[in-house]
Amino acid sequence: MADDIVREFLTESNENLDTLDRELVLLEKDPHNHNILGSVFRSIHTIKGTCGFLGFTKLEKVAHGGESLLSSLRDGKLVLSTEIASGLMSMVDAVRRMLTEIQATGQDGETDYRDLIESLTRLQQPTLDSVPEARTPPSKLGVGSSEGTEEKTGRPAPVKKALAKESKGTDAPTATDSETPEKGSPVPAAEPRNYLPVRGKIGGALVDQGKITQSDLARALQKQEQGDRRRLGEILVELGAVSADDVTAVHQTIEGAKAWEAGTGTIRVDVGLLDRVMNLVGELVLARNQVLQFTSSVESATLAATSQRLNLITTELQEGVMKTRMQPIGNIWSKFPRTVRDVAMNCGKQVRIEMIGQETELDKTIIEAIKDPLTHLVRNSVDHGIERPEVRVAAGKPAEGCLTLRAYHEGGQVNIEIIDDGAGLDHERIRRKAVERGLMSAAKAAQLSERETVNLILLPGFSTAEKVTNVSGRGVGMDVVKTNLEKIGGTVDVQSEAGTGTTVKMKIPLTLAIVPGLVVLCADKRFVIPQVSLIELVRIDGDPARTGIEMVHGVPVYRLRGRLLPLAYLDRELRIEKKEKSADADNAVNMVVLQADGRQFGLIVDEIKDTEEIVVKPLGRRLKSIKTFAGATIMGDGKVALILDVLGLAQRAGIISGVHDRAVAGSDSENQEKVSDKQTFLVFAGPDDARMALPLGTLARLEEFPASQMEKAGMQWVIQYRGRILPLIRLNVVLEERRRRRRHAAPAAPPADSGSIQVLVCNHEEHTVGLVVEQILDIVEDRVEVKSPATRPGVLYAAVIENRVTELLDLTAILQAAESSREHEEEHARVGN
Amino acid sequence: MAHPQQFCTFYLENYLFGIELLKVQEVLQPLALTEVPLAPFVVRGLMNLRGQIVIAVDLRRQLELPERPDGKPPMNVVVRAGEDAVSFLVDDIGDVVEASEETFEPPPETLHGKVRSVILGVHKLDKQLMHVLDTDRACAIEEPAESMTADR
Repeated sequence: MADDIVREFLTESNENLDTLDRELVLLEKDPHNHNILGSVFRSIHTIKGTCGFLGFTKLEKVAHGGESLLSSLRDGKLVLSTEIASGLMSMVDAVRRMLTEIQATGQDGETDYRDLIESLTRLQQPTLDSVPEARTPPSKLGVGSSEGTEEKTGRPAPVKKALAKESKGTDAPTATDSETPEKGSPVPAAEPRNYLPVRGKIGGALVDQGKITQSDLARALQKQEQGDRRRLGEILVELGAVSADDVTAVHQTIEGAKAWEAGTGTIRVDVGLLDRVMNLVGELVLARNQVLQFTSSVESATLAATSQRLNLITTELQEGVMKTRMQPIGNIWSKFPRTVRDVAMNCGKQVRIEMIGQETELDKTIIEAIKDPLTHLVRNSVDHGIERPEVRVAAGKPAEGCLTLRAYHEGGQVNIEIIDDGAGLDHERIRRKAVERGLMSAAKAAQLSERETVNLILLPGFSTAEKVTNVSGRGVGMDVVKTNLEKIGGTVDVQSEAGTGTTVKMKIPLTLAIVPGLVVLCADKRFVIPQVSLIELVRIDGDPARTGIEMVHGVPVYRLRGRLLPLAYLDRELRIEKKEKSADADNAVNMVVLQADGRQFGLIVDEIKDTEEIVVKPLGRRLKSIKTFAGATIMGDGKVALILDVLGLAQRAGIISGVHDRAVAGSDSENQEKVSDKQTFLVFAGPDDARMALPLGTLARLEEFPASQMEKAGMQWVIQYRGRILPLIRLNVVLEERRRRRRHAAPAAPPADSGSIQVLVCNHEEHTVGLVVEQILDIVEDRVEVKSPATRPGVLYAAVIENRVTELLDLTAILQAAESSREHEEEHARVGN
Repeated sequence: MAHPQQFCTFYLENYLFGIELLKVQEVLQPLALTEVPLAPFVVRGLMNLRGQIVIAVDLRRQLELPERPDGKPPMNVVVRAGEDAVSFLVDDIGDVVEASEETFEPPPETLHGKVRSVILGVHKLDKQLMHVLDTDRACAIEEPAESMTADR
């Protein structure tokens, strides 16, 4: 029983605190808004009152400190300053900490908040001295108003009442009908007296709306005091101060607000219960599907009609239950004004937050999942998006920055945008950083489009924050945001224009429980591919089916609109044994083009079926280790089908590897090396007839060009290749760079005019470069057992391949060296000019 | 003095096995199974148990017994294991048997290998011996998914 009360108190208080945060920020902007002030006061007062009742004395003391300060503010003795606002907010934080403590331990904790309470009292000081009337022991009851007409007493606690009577001078407790204290609602009831007639119920509301003047109100109140038993409104109408219609209208507003406050229209439901109901509805949907399938095989009008109704009702029920789990995104946004204020204060910035589309609804689980990424993005925007006021002014912008949050539905998804009007991202700095971090070669970085560059910040280990601040630059970067969103099937995209600001756009599915999926067949087994990863379906018929799939040294690829798409066979990846197809069977190849982690690949399946709405069920702890499946679902025929995890599948097929994997599973890569003891290398002759090798996997193609085709773009040698410009790296230049530099030799001589050049086309981290070598020797599969450390930069190690010592190139280092060599040449060229 | 315990019994390769009755959720006719590629050897697949997805563990494989001859679909003994349920695939279902502490004996020293960890002991019943299964161990899918499939 007592636990119930405490739990109720915690829920209610936490909600109150969220409101408080928001309102304090509002109040800071508009310190004279009595409505907000009153509401803030009430929230704190409720907390204080309840925790006194429940015996949380520490909490009560802190809340009391805040209440006293607020009371002074409300009585007009103080004007809200930034310090006071900060004090109040730290009080809110303290209360929140204690609530957490209570939730965990049932006690309000050991922490002594004396400092906080003292500072709250101190904040009250200056005006207390200057207000002579403030002599009544509890200073908050001091008579502060010269106006002096008290409009309403509410239902003060007996002690307060007594005190109030003592101090009764100009105030006149009156209780008109419309202001009769609400029963069962402790909020306004226990509210201490308010000496300003501008606030309160009907009279105050009328004054606020400018319908009547203060003196009208005072006159009416006086009448009531003199024994007039009518309602205040009626008296006012009689005095001719206001029309009856106005009174009715205002009265209705007040009543509406009261009903809302009491929460008559809503009930609190345990989330666990909702989840269970949701699961049951999922079951019902499946059962319905089965019934419908059965119905089609039976000739019965009654059954058909009944199952049709079942169908309709189930669909509606499903929608209804889904709706109960929907929450407006405003629920999480409501914390942001406070976050923005705190971060802005910390870094000395002025930031205003605007929110559009708070009512946009999302599934509860999704709301939970995006909460942290969103908070991170908001803090990021304030911390390094928006500039300091002086910088802004210098740039001709208003000193106050603006952070806009926008949410809207689009195509069955929710879009959330975080827009700041700050400095935007520095493309050059991002490129530089990417190269510094070894994420890519400078050559590649230079080729990136602006959009690609900006999205680099989503890579792991990337932070452009120049200094570690309280808020950002602590290593938890945008990649975490991206990963978290991808977990729930969402995407992030960053757009930024230097000088005008940055927009981060998130696309998020509405719900996770029921998703559309594509059913495919492989060896007569059904698999479901989540629609979010699906890009397109390709069917290769007839002759192209035999010739369309080409091999890059045994690795299947397909030319999709001129670009090579790596392929994976579902049966091979899953090690499903497939019955041999009869020779004359349908020879068409069915390909599902999928996207995982920004990379596309083709998945070859036997047959492509329909798309279906599926209910995702977890595979359970026991099968979690199989990364290729995201879960399972029950199909219309009652059988279980597995849902493919496209990311896991791509990883298994080796389509996704590189930086990302290495960062995540550093230790795994070592094991891998041991397991795959035989590697395939391309052996070639480097400069000075050095025998060198590269793992074949890093190469896309081997090409031979006439040397005359080489062209120079800026300081970079390039060649036109398949409609693209392929940057060339000449090994002889790069590897001898050091020696040459030391000798201050002339810039690299152009390559030999005669003959042809051999080029290894490498795909390295999304970019393609051509490596010019002297001669391609052989492709060798061998075990690398004997290794010795490298003797020059650009080489990983020397090894014995095919009984000969061979240097293994370090592609990353080569690319970096090429970059620095190019820069060197540029420098040289400049000096030369 | 000791309360007689009740066991749900079943047969595997003509051996009699028993599971503590309280741990058994239900016993079912053969159900359609969906194979899980890359799953450990002992996992026969997934089945739909009234909307719940349940893993089917082949007890013959778990106990290193020879494969079940073709043409005889296995019966299901569904047990609760932690939060979810696991179905044991067995040859035949037997009676519910009562046995008291006195007839229990730990497995003989000569029983080795994985089987030893899955079998708690035997009850000496009148006509034959009943192997008592450690349900939790029998549910365990320890072998890494990868190595198993790779070995075969």
